[in-house]
Amino acid sequence: MNAKEKLIVAMPKGRIFEEAADLLRRAGVPLPPEFDDSRKLIVPVPKANLDFILAKPTDVPTYVEYGVADIGVVGKDVLLEENRDVYELLDLQISRCRISVAGLPGWRPSGSSAPRVATKYPHVASKYFREQGQQVEVIKLNGSIELAPLIGLADRIVDIVSTGRTLKENGLVELEEIMPITTRLIANRVSYRMKSEAVDYIYEKFASIVEER
Amino acid sequence: MSKPLGFEKPLGMRDILPDVLEKQRWLEHQVKACMKQWGYREIGTPTLEYYDTVGGASATLDHKLFKLLDSEGKTVVLRPDMTAPIARVASSLLKEEPLPLRLMYTANVFRAQKNEAGRNAEFPQLGIECVGSSSVDADAEAIALAVSVLKEADVPVFKIAVGHIGFLEGLLEEIIEEKEDREKLKEFLYHRDYVGFRHYAKGLALPEGNEARLYELLRLRGGKELLERAEAITVNGQARKAVNNLRELWEALEAYQVEEYVLLDLNLLRSLDYYTGILFEGYAANQGFSICAGGRYDSLMAQFGRPCPATGFAVQMDSLLEAVNYQPVQANKFLILYHANQRTEALARARALRTEEKAVVITQRKEEWAQTDFSQYTEVIDLTGEEAI
Repeated sequence: MNAKEKLIVAMPKGRIFEEAADLLRRAGVPLPPEFDDSRKLIVPVPKANLDFILAKPTDVPTYVEYGVADIGVVGKDVLLEENRDVYELLDLQISRCRISVAGLPGWRPSGSSAPRVATKYPHVASKYFREQGQQVEVIKLNGSIELAPLIGLADRIVDIVSTGRTLKENGLVELEEIMPITTRLIANRVSYRMKSEAVDYIYEKFASIVEER
Repeated sequence: MSKPLGFEKPLGMRDILPDVLEKQRWLEHQVKACMKQWGYREIGTPTLEYYDTVGGASATLDHKLFKLLDSEGKTVVLRPDMTAPIARVASSLLKEEPLPLRLMYTANVFRAQKNEAGRNAEFPQLGIECVGSSSVDADAEAIALAVSVLKEADVPVFKIAVGHIGFLEGLLEEIIEEKEDREKLKEFLYHRDYVGFRHYAKGLALPEGNEARLYELLRLRGGKELLERAEAITVNGQARKAVNNLRELWEALEAYQVEEYVLLDLNLLRSLDYYTGILFEGYAANQGFSICAGGRYDSLMAQFGRPCPATGFAVQMDSLLEAVNYQPVQANKFLILYHANQRTEALARARALRTEEKAVVITQRKEEWAQTDFSQYTEVIDLTGEEAI
């Protein structure tokens, strides 16, 4: 695979990374073996005419919006939360999970005027509860969300659920699914036009693989 | 909230230092000169406008307007763009002027922003409005002038993407019965969410051919050859009319010899209900944000009581500043050093140089000399003979 113009691709470290790298390889991108456990933040792959930026997932849409990366691979959960002005080109259908409301088993509305909800996704959570006509107080946490109901910081949480194991191990249950989540291919507004050939080329590569699945 | 520190400014506001402003003024000069050559005359409008008039008519979303109360308790806005104010003037003070009116502006506009770099709440725009012409020639003129402006400003590599709202709406109407579904699909396009668009289209359970037509819409980007593909997925009516409109536009752009800068992009949507025909957006290489944008807005003028077609565009000065490499012209700047008893002579020398349009700085303060960066001066005239330079 070799796009005509060089593209800069923002890749999320963490949960999605392995599956995304696998998808790239199957799309014919000659990723070097050390790509997967590289500590470098910028990894050029000259054979594919691509430069990869390895970023924190929530920052991927930011890099792409500002145009320092032309395209990016990122979860829909991050896109919903960050609300960046980028093209969402393709559902890569990897890292499938859902964003859900969870709590202690037997959770009932407490009658409190503004029950607390802890989450890494304050925008998504606020929007969801507003649409449900529920007034809640959203508390932003940066990790170990499951802790919040256990120690009484909040009575419910909004978080990513894939197998449900983490919830179960912490004695929590999934109460409502907000929406299913998959990984997306995104593009910068200007790159989508100024480098349309290269972007289309990568899009088609991915699209053909995704359709095979 | 704590009291602001002495150097802080309200969110999204900024200072412009001399080096940047010099470049900005040069760009303004280039752009304005170009617009003037195409017969556009400059107009000024107030910074504050009523929320109920300009605020409501503007394409800017309500939550991005800066709203204030005036002394009578009426809601006013800091102008969010220049198009609505110009429509107001064209319908009032200039209402007896024959159409089309060709007007240009350079002005700061205001939009409430979140706290982030590169998102200024006050930013300069340069633009034109051509009020009163419905012809495709006016659309072509706007696009060709945009090309010309970007060239005059020395933008090294740029492209203008051209879309047509009539094609988009016509096609959606042909395929989808329910208005609500059409609005929803338009929203996905507006948010550039093609995944959501495809997903929603799939959920509509359309006959297979129709679903494929919707997906094809997402691929309609390219040159003139794309118009045939576009025509192939439309049946008749509004969408076909739009394709013909674009074909005429392309012919006109060829006549202007600017087609190499233009690409068609039929899913381009810039605002949900503002533009009414051909619309466009310009991009420069290696810039994350668009550099200029505009299009036809035939329903705005009616809101000010003078229904007539119109088109125009605005250039974002901030994007232009980043896209352009500017070599500042080394101005002829002189420094005269003198003692108190030499003042008359120093002033005479300065006066003589200034009549030759040179910039002259004079100083007799010895303590200042030590801090002076003499290299910024073309010449230092030392009347004291003490400062060996």
